Parts: sequence; C-alpha cells; structure tokens
Amino acid sequence: MRNLIFFISKYYVFFMFFGLEIFSFIIIYRFNHYQKASFVNYTTGATSSFYSAVSNTQQYFSLRRMNDSLQIENAKLRSQLFSSYYQNGLTVKNINDSLYKQQYEYIAAMVVNNSVTKRNNYITLNRGSLHGIEPQMGVISESGIVGIVLSVSPRYCTVLSLLNNNCKISAKVKKNGAFGSLVWDGADPRIARLLDVNKHVPVATNDLIITSNYSTIFPEGIPIGKIYSHTLDAGDNFHTIKVELFTDFSMVSTVYVIRNLLKQEQQTLESTLKN
Amino acid sequence: MIFDLGTYLLRLFVLLLIQLLVINNIELSSSINPYIYVAFVLMLPVTVKPWQMVLISFLTGMLMDAFSSTPGLHMAATTLMGYLRIHYLNATTTKEDLEGRLTPSVSQKGIVWFTVYAFSLIFTHHLVLFFLEIYGFSEFFSTMLRVLISTLITLLLIITGQLLFYRSKVRNG
Repeated sequence: MRNLIFFISKYYVFFMFFGLEIFSFIIIYRFNHYQKASFVNYTTGATSSFYSAVSNTQQYFSLRRMNDSLQIENAKLRSQLFSSYYQNGLTVKNINDSLYKQQYEYIAAMVVNNSVTKRNNYITLNRGSLHGIEPQMGVISESGIVGIVLSVSPRYCTVLSLLNNNCKISAKVKKNGAFGSLVWDGADPRIARLLDVNKHVPVATNDLIITSNYSTIFPEGIPIGKIYSHTLDAGDNFHTIKVELFTDFSMVSTVYVIRNLLKQEQQTLESTLKN
Repeated sequence: MIFDLGTYLLRLFVLLLIQLLVINNIELSSSINPYIYVAFVLMLPVTVKPWQMVLISFLTGMLMDAFSSTPGLHMAATTLMGYLRIHYLNATTTKEDLEGRLTPSVSQKGIVWFTVYAFSLIFTHHLVLFFLEIYGFSEFFSTMLRVLISTLITLLLIITGQLLFYRSKVRNG
C-alpha cells in the first residue's frame, strides 16, 4: 500500500496528464458518435456574443454586396408573385382548402462567424431557440444549401457547415433523379463530392444537383451545385463525381433556416418501423 | 506565483485575439491552418511546476475549443504538448537555466535551440489536432501535408513575433 502511494505520488504529473487526456477523448468520442454536441451547446452562448460583436463591425464592409444579393433575390421573388402572372383562364378561383398545407417555414438569419479553410467548418448564426430554431434544421442561402443546425442557445445557433467531415446531405441529379450523398473532402471549399451514384446512371458535366426528397431536413429541389467533373474507375461500381457548389461559403452572410412543420409526423411514423 | 501572472494573462489574451480575429480569417488554402496560440504554452518559464504546466495547457486548449466550437480537440492536443514540454525541457536545460528563471525564447536560448524546441512541440500539437479533427486515417497523406505546412507557418509566425517584440530584452537578466 505504501509502495502504491509512493508510486502515485512520484508519477502524479503523468496521472494528471493521463486523466485530462482521457477526459478530452471522451468528449471527442461522444461528439463524433452521437452528434449530441453537449459541449458545443454549453459554450455556444458564452462565445458567440463575442463573435457577434466582431461581425457587427465586419458587416459594414460588405453592405454593398449584401444589398446586391438581396436585391437580386427580391427581383426573383417578385417575379413569382401572383400579380406578375398573366391570367390565361377567364375566372380565378381562390382555392383555400385542405389540398395545400404549408410544410416549410423559413427563418431569416445572419452569419456571425464562419470559416472555410478548416477540415471541419462551423457557422454561427444570430438566431436561436427564442426564434424557434431547433437542432437538425436545414440552412440555405439565396444561392444554395449551407448546412444543418447543430446546437442552439437562446439567441444563437451553430451550424454544421456543408464543409465538414460530419456533414452528409442526401442529393440527386435533377435530370434523372439518381440519388447519392454529398460530402466534402477537405480540399477546395467550392467543390464537394457526390457519392454512391450507380455506374449505369448516365451523368454529364454541368448537370444540376438538387436536394432529394428523402430527408426531413431540406425540401426537395433546393439547388446545390452542378457537376464539375465525373470519372468512372475500372472495376468501380459508383461514379466519382465532383460538384461545383452554388453557395460561396467564404461570402455567405444572409441565410434562411428551414423549419419542417411535418417533420415530427414523418419521424414518429418512421421510428415505429425500427421497433 | 513566481512569475508575473498579469503579464502572462495579457499575453494569452492577445495571442487568442490574434488567433481568432486575424489568423482564423486567413483563407489562403485549406492546408494553411496555423495555430499561434500555442506560443503561450511554449513560452512559459521553465520554473513552472509540472502539474501547473499540465493544467495550464489543458485550460488553454479548453479556451480555444470554446471559441472554435470544436469538441475537445484543442484540449487533447495542447495537454499532450504541455506534458511533452516538461520532459523536453528536463532533458535540454541546465541548472543555470532553472536558477536564471529562463523563458524559452529566441533571445535567451538562441534561434537554433528555439527552432528545434518549437518545431518538435508544434508538430506534435498539429499532428494530434488535425488527425483528431478528421477522426480517422482515411485522408492520411493529405492530412500529413496539412500538418507539415501549418507547423512551418506557425513556427515562422512565432519566431517572427519574438524577433519583433522581444529583441530589447536580450540577455539582461
């Protein structure tokens, strides 16, 4: 017993080091395996007010670009207005019945912190649980998809950027509906890779890639990017497709968080299958 | 405390500000991710007790983790670096260094000694950090390349910083 105490007191620095390392590895392991992100959740509130102050200053420098992109989007939305359509029929019936039910809501948010050059990139937004944001909601910009909400505090939320090792998004080729998962390989923030597209499916450069209808996070048909290059290695069952993303992650400043009003219903139904 | 706590806290604060506001916003390439905040751990005086050393590096990593919303990556890497620093300094410093309250820096130990010292510790830190970040060995060679390039740039920045700010203190104590 005395030897044991002597042993521990002699090497106490090593034991301390060992204990702290185990602690950090447990956090990393939990994060990578459960995506619960309890640690990030805990720190989001404390540190994002710092980034918010920084971005308040930085936003003055990009006001012109932000105005331009909002103007373009306004024009696009205006062209979709009911009043900008020529009426072919003689009578207009205002159908307000149970055929259509709103499924998606959009919450506007500003980016307060962002990175594109790390292997795992995260984005912080200035909207949180007070504004109805919950984890696992999709985030898009005016040009394409951005990521998935990871954790929320009352006024902020962190987003798992598409430029992240842990981010996998269900996508499909628009012209033939062949689906695959979109991942980022860490090299170029403008290029992602589309995996699991079967080799018998014909694909071509500049084919449009959109979100598929298999996820409860994104609505179907949100543009992601276009095919930049595609190869088929001999003996390989899947295409190697590089996708040029529409979203410029280094410039993204205004985004929309998507709330799926029917998500609960779909997930409850699907969870009964597993039991 | 033997050393001046205020000076070191200020140094940590300034290094973190530079790291978060300037270095993290440099978007040259995805292989260039220098982490200069490790200079804080590198430049603590040799008289810091081993257990303090481990604890300080752990807390530094934790602070960095909180601001970069990473789960424990910087904690693990910085704690390992702090622990290895104890053994590295045990092997390479003399009694006079200890009595003279040496702080490992270019001005006190010379540029060659400091480069070898800083390179080996920064390399370990970046190696652990980047491999934990991708959480696997699937992109081994591209990650190795990122580790090497980032290590060299971190080293360059730290040495430049030392030459700029610590020149005046050359061997006066």
